[in-house]
Amino acid sequence: MSERYELAVVGGGPAGLSAALMASKFGVKTVLVDENRKLGGQLVKQTHKFFGSYEHMAGVRGIAIGRKLSEEVMNDPNITVMLSTTAIGYYEDGTLALYQREPEEKLIDIKPQTVIFATGARENMLAFPGNDLPGVYGAGAVQTLMNVYGVLPGERVLMIGSGNIGLIVTYQLLQAGSSVEAIVEILPRIGGYIVHASKVRRYGVPILTRHTIIEAIGDEKVEGAVIAQVDERFRPIPGTERELDVDVICLAVGLAPIINLTWQAGVEIAYIPELGGHVPWHDEDMRTNVPNVFVAGDLAGIEEATTAMIEGELAALSAVEFLGKASPSELVAKREDAHSRLEDLRLTVFSEKVKAGIEKLKNWRANLTERAGKLPPKG
Amino acid sequence: MKRIEDHPVLDFDRGEKVVFYFEGRPIEGYTNETIAAALHAAGIKVLGYSARKHRPRGFFCAIGKCSSCLMVVDGRPNVRTCMEFVRPGIHVRRQHGLESIVQEESDE
Repeated sequence: MSERYELAVVGGGPAGLSAALMASKFGVKTVLVDENRKLGGQLVKQTHKFFGSYEHMAGVRGIAIGRKLSEEVMNDPNITVMLSTTAIGYYEDGTLALYQREPEEKLIDIKPQTVIFATGARENMLAFPGNDLPGVYGAGAVQTLMNVYGVLPGERVLMIGSGNIGLIVTYQLLQAGSSVEAIVEILPRIGGYIVHASKVRRYGVPILTRHTIIEAIGDEKVEGAVIAQVDERFRPIPGTERELDVDVICLAVGLAPIINLTWQAGVEIAYIPELGGHVPWHDEDMRTNVPNVFVAGDLAGIEEATTAMIEGELAALSAVEFLGKASPSELVAKREDAHSRLEDLRLTVFSEKVKAGIEKLKNWRANLTERAGKLPPKG
Repeated sequence: MKRIEDHPVLDFDRGEKVVFYFEGRPIEGYTNETIAAALHAAGIKVLGYSARKHRPRGFFCAIGKCSSCLMVVDGRPNVRTCMEFVRPGIHVRRQHGLESIVQEESDE
């Protein structure tokens, strides 16, 4: 270990990139670590244009946003970028252990004064027979394969889930040259934006609400799928089963935060289903209960790239504050600006769930004490 | 499967075309592709077999989080082939459960 960084940012997606750039405005000496060869996180595969108002980069494709932020970070003299490097541990003495795969394999340990974790999320599984067969892919995996590496995931796809990811990835599959046989949605209504749903419907993709997958067919890989209608209690209705000839089953059934490192860092973990399950406890300025550890992006609660970028800025401001690198008035102005942009982005109906989750997180500690008081005595 | 040649939005920088080996047989891949992506393009979806029930395993997440794509690369087991890029001449084979880690020779 040669030099001491003031800040380490773990994860070079929208949250981490924004965090590093904001910290740099205050001259913070930062190292940004990402396990991929390129920065951008999941933005590298988002070919669709973003929604929202102009200052929130609406109308710009995700890949272009990722490229722009990455270039700024790569050219920033305050930021050292370590690619192909996975953060594998954060220890009690403040050591962040890194495993670098390229250009040569080595272990590195650094002791940054502050850490912003922006480790993102992983895809949820769904329980059904045959869900482990090759050909059952997460929606993000399908995007990676076709939008990053230019390889077609399959000829005929069954999409599970009609949220925005399910709808957008369906459209991207059509663009890439696959056929999407159906989108099944267990709820009685389509989950995502109607504009996305209309687009795929125009291409003739049926969206089957109140339907679910029963099983994947195949011995060595997916060769078909059985779907069925469900009743009000989400139980399959006998006699409605239908077999589809597909070679890919794509799961777009949500994401869960990657909390491992924050957990190891001693951050309290709260269970908030509205934010994706287990999330690191944090306040509205992205501070955790560990004074020099901050969080941002999907790790802090599953949301959008646009909100992740603002959370990154907020996390950086809190790190800057901890490091004593800014005057209180500077911080107040920048924080107010960030919070007002976050509020704007959270005005849609789709944000109701996230807002409820954030509210729960605020009261989480108090509620925990209250619930514990109601438990029957031991023994 | 196949590689996408004509995409309305994207151009692919695949890198250099090289040959590597899967179960001893030559496979064409590109240096900007992960091993899992190159194998998929070659129609190979089964990357290994599970430890107890010997069920076929393919990748699931493609971003290094699910451990479903582990293979043996140049004798080293448990390589996340969705993160590891194609290099010319590497030998890749399907992994059967958790294979034992071979002690590597020290580099002095």
